[in-house]
Amino acid sequence: MSSRLQIILSGLMVGKLGTILVLFGNPVNMGVCVACFYRDIAGGVGLHQAGVVQYIRPEIIGFILGAFIIAKMKGEFRVRGGSSPIIRFLLGFFLMIGALVFLGCPLRMILRLANGDLNAVTGLFGYVAGIFVGIQFIKQGFSLGRSVKQKPVGGYIMPMFAVVLLALLLARPTFIYFSTEGPGAAAAPIWMALAAGLLIGGVLQRTRLCTAGGFRDAILIKDYHFMWGLIAIFVANLAGNLIFNFEAFNLGFEGQPIAHTDHLWNFMGMSLVGITAVLLGGCPLRQTILASEGDTDAIITVVGLVAGAAFAHNFGLASSPAGSTLNGQVAVVIGLFITVGIAALSTERSVSMERGVKSNV
Amino acid sequence: MSNTQVDARGRSCPEPVILTKKALDHYNGEAIKVLVDLEVAVENIRRFAENKGFTMSVSKLSDEDYQLTIKK
Repeated sequence: MSSRLQIILSGLMVGKLGTILVLFGNPVNMGVCVACFYRDIAGGVGLHQAGVVQYIRPEIIGFILGAFIIAKMKGEFRVRGGSSPIIRFLLGFFLMIGALVFLGCPLRMILRLANGDLNAVTGLFGYVAGIFVGIQFIKQGFSLGRSVKQKPVGGYIMPMFAVVLLALLLARPTFIYFSTEGPGAAAAPIWMALAAGLLIGGVLQRTRLCTAGGFRDAILIKDYHFMWGLIAIFVANLAGNLIFNFEAFNLGFEGQPIAHTDHLWNFMGMSLVGITAVLLGGCPLRQTILASEGDTDAIITVVGLVAGAAFAHNFGLASSPAGSTLNGQVAVVIGLFITVGIAALSTERSVSMERGVKSNV
Repeated sequence: MSNTQVDARGRSCPEPVILTKKALDHYNGEAIKVLVDLEVAVENIRRFAENKGFTMSVSKLSDEDYQLTIKK
């Protein structure tokens, strides 16, 4: 099978599963949302107390275990790390803030688009603008430095984390929070969400589909490989929504599920997501896959995502269908400044040239 | 220091491709040798190089290291 066909099929699968998970209970336009799901998990384990978004999402457990198992089988499980972990933590943290001001990760942005939510168009413009800015730093030689081989045990932290989450989900101990109303209470059956997650995790480990990579490569090196995958997600989800869930399809800006019409902050939030995702080398979904195949820097990024989600709900940064908050707007602006600052200070051209082009010593 | 040698081991996406691109921009007929340590970098560089009309061969140096040889 050609790699073009593989990426298209994996995109079609993600889009299709997005429709199915909504049909069976996930929140509308949230069949799969990596940022939202980490946010729900952060709430589930009590890191924030926003009662409507607390659930241990089986999809995330599936992504992790699916990618881990396939990476192991294919000999691609490599424990590595040491490429600016604290910077990755911060970028992951601010990526989540941007996503929760917009209300969705780039994947949910595509799913929102595919159900007629035009606010996601504003978000898409912001996302591409952020990616464009990030690319300028990459052209200047931006780098977070090399990762090196790490102790094997570090690579097993992510799958162990997933197993612990699964145990907590099934055992439902009293110290774990489960929403009784709101998006956190809307969920497909555990086995179905877990199976969908395993499938997505395994397939995306192979095809490396990444929502940031799609736009980045198209702009930076005119390679449309991953873009085909993103288009496939959109097409499959749109078709699925129109065929199976036509009553929920709603073209327009107003009254969209778990979304708001603050255009400026939809744009700004997704700009922050775009720039941080490019600097990190991948969107939240891709970071999750990398974290599961032994990339401990990506694990730190995921920890940053979870911390950002907890922070966003503890300090009123996250938007709601009523709109964005002042705190959230301030946080996005701070995030943009810090991110651009980090990027500008990591582009020492001479250093990167010396490191990159020097023959191996 | 040679412009035909690129060491992109340990680099996260998209740096291996960008470092390779910089070397290919100065291609003078001498094969470019690229060191990488992840399959995803091999795939990305192959797609990039072949789109640009180069051919690429891969040799495995060890369990983790690959040497890519790129030429027209």
